[in-house]
Amino acid sequence: MREGARDTLPIALGIASWGLVAGVAMAKSGMGVPLALLMSLVTYAGSAQIAALPLIAADAPIWVVWGTTLCVSLRFMAFSFHFRPFFSHLPLGRRIGISFLMGDTNFAVFAHRFPETEALPGVGYTDYFVGSAVVGFVFWQVAISIGILLGSGIPASWGLGFAGVMALLALTCTQLHTPSSWAAAVVAGCAAVAAYALPMKLNVVVAIAAAVAVGVLSERIASWRKGAMP
Amino acid sequence: MSQGEILVTILGMALVVLLCRSAFMLTRDELPMPTWLREGLRYAPVAALTAVVAPELVLTQGHLITDWRDARVFGAAAGLAFYVWRPSLFGTIVCGTGVMLALRFGLGW
Repeated sequence: MREGARDTLPIALGIASWGLVAGVAMAKSGMGVPLALLMSLVTYAGSAQIAALPLIAADAPIWVVWGTTLCVSLRFMAFSFHFRPFFSHLPLGRRIGISFLMGDTNFAVFAHRFPETEALPGVGYTDYFVGSAVVGFVFWQVAISIGILLGSGIPASWGLGFAGVMALLALTCTQLHTPSSWAAAVVAGCAAVAAYALPMKLNVVVAIAAAVAVGVLSERIASWRKGAMP
Repeated sequence: MSQGEILVTILGMALVVLLCRSAFMLTRDELPMPTWLREGLRYAPVAALTAVVAPELVLTQGHLITDWRDARVFGAAAGLAFYVWRPSLFGTIVCGTGVMLALRFGLGW
């Protein structure tokens, strides 16, 4: 557990600055401090929260907000798929608890520490995940609460959001071990930029689909080459 | 929206996000999924990370940047160079953000 926490601390700077930015955005939305705090506590998903703010402010129908949340959160299913083999033996309650804490940071830290795709016997996956996820959760919640409470007292020109972007960039680098993961990342990046005009962050879903297609192709080519060589 | 409606909206959002996160965690049964898809989905998480980062670096208000003097691109390049030199997450974040801020405030990019 301690190891998971220690591996996550270096990224806490990125989590905290991104949380602060999200908190300021929530404060400016005018929904009021108690609801803003409640929203970050129960949804714990910065991108979904920020996507919902203008809709709530514009009095959009509730189902539109939920639909947007769904589209923005589809990428979490990718993390869910990755974590499944490591936690499927746990009771349902704990699996749901782990699901609640899942995010970009703890996925990348976990996948870097444990590159295997199937669970090995006797490894403390759960302890490591909980250590990492709790550090991320605490830093995020403290930062976003400060952002909500201080609101516009924090100037946007500090470039705080950029520290969050750099954190994600660094985490992405930890995942690029093989040529095919490079190919998948480049394709995903290009697709996400090209499809940026799509509503509700669906460009991320397009990018994931494109990268999965490239992944399938490169696995095929690799196994075909292996078969061709004596 | 009234405060009550916002409350309902928030609780629904929380449920939707949790359902996405737990999508593959709820059942223990073998997933009916062809091998090729299983292999391909291994690339989904790294794609999700890249897809969030890339537009943040090269788009301004939804348009591709046209001026090469963009502090973000150089900040990201500095961060990447640092990561190649020393794969430290903290160093990468500090180096990239530092270069971006230096260019933005020092040179006004």
